[in-house]
Amino acid sequence: MKLVSFHLMPYRPLDLAEAAKHRSPWVVLPNRLYDPVLGAKEYERHIDALVYAEELGFDAIGVNEHHQTAYGLMPAPNLIASALIQRTKRVKIAILGRALPLVNNPIYIAEEFAMLDNLSKGRIIAGFVRGIGSEYHSSGTNPYFSHERFHEAHDLIIRAWTEPGPFAFDGDHFSLQYVNLWPRPYQTPHPPVWIPSQGSSETVAWASHPARKYPFLVTFSSADLVARYHNTYRNQAREYGYEAAADQLGWACPIYVAESDERARAEAGHAVETLFNDFLRQTFEMLMPPGYTSMNSMKNFVAMRRGLGGGKATAEGLIDSGTALIGSPKTVLAGIERMREKTGFGILVALLQFGILSDELTRRNMDMFAAEVMPHLRD
Amino acid sequence: MPAQLTEIRVREVKVRLHRAGRGPTVLFLHGAGGVPQWLPFFEALAERYEVLVPEHPGFGLSDDPPWISSMPDLAMFYLDLVEELWLERVHLIGNSLGGWLAAEILVRDRARFRSLVQLAPAGIRVKGVPCGDNFIWGPEEAVRNLYHDQSFADRILALTPDDAQMDVMLKNRFTVAKLGWQPRWFNPDLEKWLHRIKVPALIVWGDDDKIMPPAYAALWTARLPDARLVIVEGCGHLPHVEQAPVVLSHVHAFLEGAAP
Repeated sequence: MKLVSFHLMPYRPLDLAEAAKHRSPWVVLPNRLYDPVLGAKEYERHIDALVYAEELGFDAIGVNEHHQTAYGLMPAPNLIASALIQRTKRVKIAILGRALPLVNNPIYIAEEFAMLDNLSKGRIIAGFVRGIGSEYHSSGTNPYFSHERFHEAHDLIIRAWTEPGPFAFDGDHFSLQYVNLWPRPYQTPHPPVWIPSQGSSETVAWASHPARKYPFLVTFSSADLVARYHNTYRNQAREYGYEAAADQLGWACPIYVAESDERARAEAGHAVETLFNDFLRQTFEMLMPPGYTSMNSMKNFVAMRRGLGGGKATAEGLIDSGTALIGSPKTVLAGIERMREKTGFGILVALLQFGILSDELTRRNMDMFAAEVMPHLRD
Repeated sequence: MPAQLTEIRVREVKVRLHRAGRGPTVLFLHGAGGVPQWLPFFEALAERYEVLVPEHPGFGLSDDPPWISSMPDLAMFYLDLVEELWLERVHLIGNSLGGWLAAEILVRDRARFRSLVQLAPAGIRVKGVPCGDNFIWGPEEAVRNLYHDQSFADRILALTPDDAQMDVMLKNRFTVAKLGWQPRWFNPDLEKWLHRIKVPALIVWGDDDKIMPPAYAALWTARLPDARLVIVEGCGHLPHVEQAPVVLSHVHAFLEGAAP
């Protein structure tokens, strides 16, 4: 199994009580709540944690892109990736991912990834996402055209990486007289592309297509949903006439390991609750701007939310549903193995720091994961 | 007089059309909420005019052709529609997004139109005065912010829409995003052509409009060549709903004056 140590880089010094007075920690949370002195320390510590993951033997370290939010301090994840390249030697660096529809010229994304791939001599994994609903509010990008822009930007980037330039690109949203990348990517034909997703069937059908076979990472979902999305991908691949490989299926999950279940829950329970209740808190209108998903997907989402009811996530609920793996090495390993039996997935994207989890506990979690869990996941 | 509900086809696009009354033609262009019901305002106008209230492509039960992807597209479509129906000497009334549409139509071709009533139109931007963000508001907040008098909001919030109504609301919302999300509620190329709208215009604005702030009324009045402005007291974003009698008396007087 491939193991990725993934980081969101939350702004942990956030005054949670003050933040709770606002609609959301996304888009509208007043940025006077950000303290640059504390924030600069956060960057330093979060980067240290990712660098440490190489020492512990992870295959990849991962970052991602979010805008105008305390949830994550990486509006430009490639800047962090660039710093990580300088401080690591072997580990792959996964940017999971860049939000393609939010930019007005996707060539810049193709260029930056190509630069990173050269700087790292081929250690880059390129994640492509659409950005979450809130980012259509914060960027002003029209969500109605999100899917079209994503697909067009994707096609443009892949062509820019693989076809001899210069050539012209004629899209409905992006129209360019000259596409001619300098530098070209280091890897041939291009950096691996991974697709993090919350599981829309449209995305599964697209990612699993034989022309792409992109690894599909399911993020922040209950174990049942993760299994369902993995198997949707598998079934879709079979319809296309092939069997999905283990490393086409990924699972991104908050993980915390301690000596015992009790201790793990005591140390990480509150932190994982802050991830879901404080940092991820968004209204329906923010998550689902019109057109961001198909009308049917949106209706299903409304029905699902109605079924779940409101209310706050609890550590217990998150653990019971398998949304987070928190416990002894045995418990965490069992959760991973259960999923492996159900879906045969082969990429684990472990979020080993989440919410307000401290540096000390993050470090202990990483050490214990590497010592007690990782060896059992080596194929 | 109940409205007659018909379907017309223009360039292969099915458009649902509510119509009532006899007399000179009034074409009402609805806003973001579509045409959930036949309003007392329409009813009163239909006593003197032939009132046509189409559901725009992408709204209600009209078709949603993908090639209509912007307000200019929709305006060009309406020029086709007006020709197709042989409408002439039309009094155009628009509310909010429909007011924006009315202006987009008239800057392109005003030959078949004789007057314009703008009820809190979108379409232009007063720099430094953002519109209310009804895309980020929750459902209750969005309804409440439409009105000054909250009893209107209370009545709407007390209703439970059925599945078919929910589907229409969702469809309308998608189309509204397609047309107006970015730039938010305006076309940067519209304001500079408003002088082309050489027909008498009446601009009506609620003094408590939480979506299009009344500062916008002044810019419309300055840019339209023949416009008069009425600010309605105790009124939000839907003057023809919230202050129907007051608005009707202004509209009737204006239309009669614009009749020759």
